Amino acid sequence: MDLYRQITANKRRSWLLIAAFVALVVVVGLAADLVVGLGPIAVVIAVVIAVAGVAGAYWRSDAIALAVSHAQPADPVAHARLHNLVEGLCIAGGLPKPGIYVIDDPAPNAFATGRDPKHASLAVTTGLLERLNRVELEGVLAHELSHVKNYDILVSTLAVTLVGVVTILADVSLRFLWWGGPRHRDDRARHSAGGPAMVMAVLGLVLLVLAPLVARVMQAAVSRRREALADVSAVALTRYPPGLLSALEKLRDDTTVVHSASRATAHLWIESPVARLESEGRQAWLNRLFDTHPPLEERIQALREL
Amino acid sequence: MTFLLILLGTVVLIGVLLVFQYNSLIKLRNRIEGAWAQIDVQLKRRYDLIPNLVETVKGYAAHEKETLDAVIRARNAAGAASGPADQAQAENMVTSALRQVFALSEAYPDLKANQGFVQLQEEIAGTEGRISYARQFYNDSVLRYNTKIQTFPTVIIANAMQFREREYFEADDASRGPVQVQF
Repeated sequence: MDLYRQITANKRRSWLLIAAFVALVVVVGLAADLVVGLGPIAVVIAVVIAVAGVAGAYWRSDAIALAVSHAQPADPVAHARLHNLVEGLCIAGGLPKPGIYVIDDPAPNAFATGRDPKHASLAVTTGLLERLNRVELEGVLAHELSHVKNYDILVSTLAVTLVGVVTILADVSLRFLWWGGPRHRDDRARHSAGGPAMVMAVLGLVLLVLAPLVARVMQAAVSRRREALADVSAVALTRYPPGLLSALEKLRDDTTVVHSASRATAHLWIESPVARLESEGRQAWLNRLFDTHPPLEERIQALREL
Repeated sequence: MTFLLILLGTVVLIGVLLVFQYNSLIKLRNRIEGAWAQIDVQLKRRYDLIPNLVETVKGYAAHEKETLDAVIRARNAAGAASGPADQAQAENMVTSALRQVFALSEAYPDLKANQGFVQLQEEIAGTEGRISYARQFYNDSVLRYNTKIQTFPTVIIANAMQFREREYFEADDASRGPVQVQF
């Protein structure tokens, strides 16, 4: 598959995922209505709460992510190469130059953050600067800038918000059910309680219990899709697949773990910064559902095909 | 009455769409201008770095006069070049002359270890990267603009308002092939 076809395919698939996500919210809303009679107003309230909870984080996403990972502004003289490469890539992509930061950490990794290209920041670890050569570093920086260019912070914030809506709805419904639920619906249910209604109620209940988990799996799927997209977009910037390819190979062969990263910021990094236990069989498959990044081997293979 | 309102609404809607399409064309055209100017900015930056480089190298390898003169001559020729084809040729001369200067450093360990030289080398490498990225962005911008003025519905406005196709920057065969370094 050529470069531009891969870019469109990845964009289309991530928007399909978001659409499925919205459908999940609707279904959970219906289930909440069915089981405890919370009605559409509950969905609206859940959306408002989730948006309010995430909005602040979105607005200050760069400052928060940089502070959490102890990133320091990169000195233009000491890190001349880093500044030069980023400037070049920004010219290639028609982007303003982002803030550039360095994290003192031996594990090679990098991340980008910021709500739009005008408020973007990019951070790399000292381990990455030491281990990669010029073209490899350029490939990684192009991947990070692609996250900025593709508005991935917005996309992942959207995904987090939808997870929030689903979780709030499921949580509130189950609590209502526990405490007996609103009275008026109980009366109606008592009058019309037949076999099918009972089955629906049980189905709704199962759905409410499973929904938050399903939402997390979908969030991870969105994140993986955006990673694959950033890889191909990076190549569209550098026009040189071997750079990123060999950088990913070096990341694969390295087993150091970033100290200042947590699961909360995992989706931002070029390689998943969280240590993975070597698990096999069914367990590995289950773990993969929650991974924020496609396996490095898969990403390397996709770049080889370009 | 209803019919008139619908008609009026449709006319207004089409008008708004036309304005949006026209503005997007202007934006793309300006982006091409900006991209072209960016190439010049980066080329200028490279001219400005060359005298510094020559001064630094002279301190360690003064008798390599020929190589140093060649890079100065190439730089001045590029500054005086007129027309895109001429300019491109002159820029290629600068690039290969610079490569020979950097090749010199292999023979002079003191020069190679000089902090100022290392910094200049990084600056020039960075600037050359930016020059080629600026050209790439220029071509990408031309591609988007040309596609837009050839496709529906913008093709209508483009024809009516005399938007003309733009030309790509094409690297000539000399710069496409591998650079030969002579000693």
